[in-house]
Amino acid sequence: MRRKLPLSLRFGAALTLLLVAMALLSLLWTPYPAEQVRVVARLRPPDADHWLGTDHFGRDVLSMIMVGARNSLAVGAAAVGLGLLAGVPLGLLAAALGRWGDEAVARLGDLVFAFPAVLTAILLTAALGAGAINVVVALALFNAAVLARVTRGAALAVWRRPFVGAALALGRGPLSATLVHVLPNIAGIVVVQATILFAVAIVNEAALSYLGLGIQPPSPSWGKMLGDAQTHLFNSPLQAVFPGVAIALSVMGLTMLGDGLRDWLDPRHRSSGVL
Amino acid sequence: MPTAKPRFTLAAAVAVALVATSLTATAQPRTDLVVGMALEPPHLDPTAGAAGAIKEVTYANLFEPLLRVDADGRLIPGLAERWTVSEDGLTYRFSLRPNAKFHDGTAADSADVKFTLDRARAADSVNAQKAYFAPIAKVETPDPHTAVVTLSRPDGLFLFHMASGDAAIVAPESAATNKQKPVGTGPFRFDRWVAGDRVVLVRNPDYDGVQPKLDRVTFRFVSDPAAQVAALKAGDIDAFTLFSTYEALPEFRSDPNFTVTVGSTEGETILSTNNARKPFDDVRVRRAMAHAIDRQTLIEGVLYGNGVAIGSHFPPHREGYVDLTGMYPYDPAKAKALLAEAGYPNGFDTTLRLPPPPYARRGGELVAAMLAEVGIRAKIEPVEWAAWLEKTFKGKDYDLTMIAHTEPLDIDIYARPDYYFNYKSERFNGLNDELNRIQDPARRNALYGEEQKVLAEDAVNGFLFMLPSVTVQKAKLTGMWVNRPVQANDVTGVSWK
Repeated sequence: MRRKLPLSLRFGAALTLLLVAMALLSLLWTPYPAEQVRVVARLRPPDADHWLGTDHFGRDVLSMIMVGARNSLAVGAAAVGLGLLAGVPLGLLAAALGRWGDEAVARLGDLVFAFPAVLTAILLTAALGAGAINVVVALALFNAAVLARVTRGAALAVWRRPFVGAALALGRGPLSATLVHVLPNIAGIVVVQATILFAVAIVNEAALSYLGLGIQPPSPSWGKMLGDAQTHLFNSPLQAVFPGVAIALSVMGLTMLGDGLRDWLDPRHRSSGVL
Repeated sequence: MPTAKPRFTLAAAVAVALVATSLTATAQPRTDLVVGMALEPPHLDPTAGAAGAIKEVTYANLFEPLLRVDADGRLIPGLAERWTVSEDGLTYRFSLRPNAKFHDGTAADSADVKFTLDRARAADSVNAQKAYFAPIAKVETPDPHTAVVTLSRPDGLFLFHMASGDAAIVAPESAATNKQKPVGTGPFRFDRWVAGDRVVLVRNPDYDGVQPKLDRVTFRFVSDPAAQVAALKAGDIDAFTLFSTYEALPEFRSDPNFTVTVGSTEGETILSTNNARKPFDDVRVRRAMAHAIDRQTLIEGVLYGNGVAIGSHFPPHREGYVDLTGMYPYDPAKAKALLAEAGYPNGFDTTLRLPPPPYARRGGELVAAMLAEVGIRAKIEPVEWAAWLEKTFKGKDYDLTMIAHTEPLDIDIYARPDYYFNYKSERFNGLNDELNRIQDPARRNALYGEEQKVLAEDAVNGFLFMLPSVTVQKAKLTGMWVNRPVQANDVTGVSWK
């Protein structure tokens, strides 16, 4: 059956590609070194030299946005990647074990969900110090819990289907059944969830950097740029606009990509959410 | 002005309203005042805490020490109306105001002075400046209005220290509860404290000295810079002291409803350096850092130009100051050469810990960028105050940190054996010992000069700038302090035009 790519998927993919391209380009080239401070040239409005102007230390805003994209993506990828590595096996295990194993994983998840991700991150950075690594750990913890729960739910549904029972009857062990039959059938749902968690991770990283707990200077971060812009709202409002737009577009892109993927992979979910 | 065009009616209404408000205002000057502060005090007992915010609320308003420091930094009478010092500098005789009373109605007499000083120097004292009271050998009370303090050794700064908030006179009846319900002898008494929001003081009708013009003073605590600006613009706050959103100043300066004053504080802002830790134990490394830091850029970038550079740990507005800002001119090449000479041709990695104030967070970011230019890769580590005090100040577990030392005339901290700089210099200690013995002002100033030179030559810390005392206030307000010779928001002389 040939399905037309949903509009949200195309739009989301385009925005996400743009984000990734910008981040990759920043590895090779930025208009200026993103960390280069020139106080005499501070708070310049956008012009031919600085396309998006300069910040309160005279750094080039476009360069900072580009490197900031890289930092956002890195934190997001690490937080979601670690979340997948921990959450998916836990979810599969819970579904395969049932009973107390299932219960243990569910309660573990409750423990994590008791605190919002940002709060967990604040607690963790307060205890261990601010920085990108601790932010990744905190967000990965949250993502692992979400992914474990989603994986478990989806895996349980697959376990109840006749072909799994048939495979077990033919002598396949639970591990083998999980890998051969369950995992491929839930991959779509997990990918969709991971994409949306990626967007959430970018927002949370920005929130933490805004609070000064995330990525530390001199490495630029969108959240920190917003935080710095706050006191310049009266004299240089554009300072807040560019990082704000960057965060909004990335999150919109990733969310639409996730939504579109869900619609495309499973049309029955068109109106009901997996979240 | 009324006009037929409907789209101007709103503007006209606003104009009428504004005129009406200003008319009522001129008819009857206000007697209340709302002072904005960035930080809320943890409690209100100045004799039991280092937080500057405690003194900024209580000093001279609620509590009075024996002597006070006025807006120009001079010693003026506080609870003591007169005092004499013996020839040998060991005996101080304070004559108290005969009718002074605490806010609970009990008399403030020499027994309270003795109680206060003995409490502050006791072994279990929680006074933040215990060292101020260490020279006291005994306190005698020949009569209720006279207190005689005998020192075990001369202390040139004793009177100055007795004028600090830490030496506020408290009563035995209320000392234990002053943290929440402060009872002092000042012209204002405590009304209420809404935690997280404000402390309200009201005029003390029984005050035996000059009555203040204000009936009610509210200290409001607003930590967020954007909220500070908004509260001033909305008129919710009449005067914001130690205003640190420097980028907003041009706007307030151009608004006729506001007055902006930029004065001096005692806050030497420094890049504190752990002199005991490698590689900072090498004076060449510390000198290299001094050459790597461009103070003018720092002052422009962090304070928007509202600050004065320093070359040692001494404020330029004080007598005895020596200008040493030229000793290490900004010279990255020389800094690199010095680093290479010290064995770090490729620089080194270190950590720069930054407490919350904007001068530290912003300044630290710039300092790190400047150090990076010469190869010193400083990882920035933002910390909260409690963590800073615990790990850096008390624990001395740090490489570099940025902080303003706001206690007045505190160059003697470099002689303290266990201070967090971990600086040890026989030469400096010798000068400091002599300073403690000498009363002659000229010789004292010369000694202060020598001390400053020693610190600059040893490049103990990165000496950066003096923190400015910026006050944004309504134009009709008079009597706010411009300079800040002690940590205080003394509003006893404030009134509305």
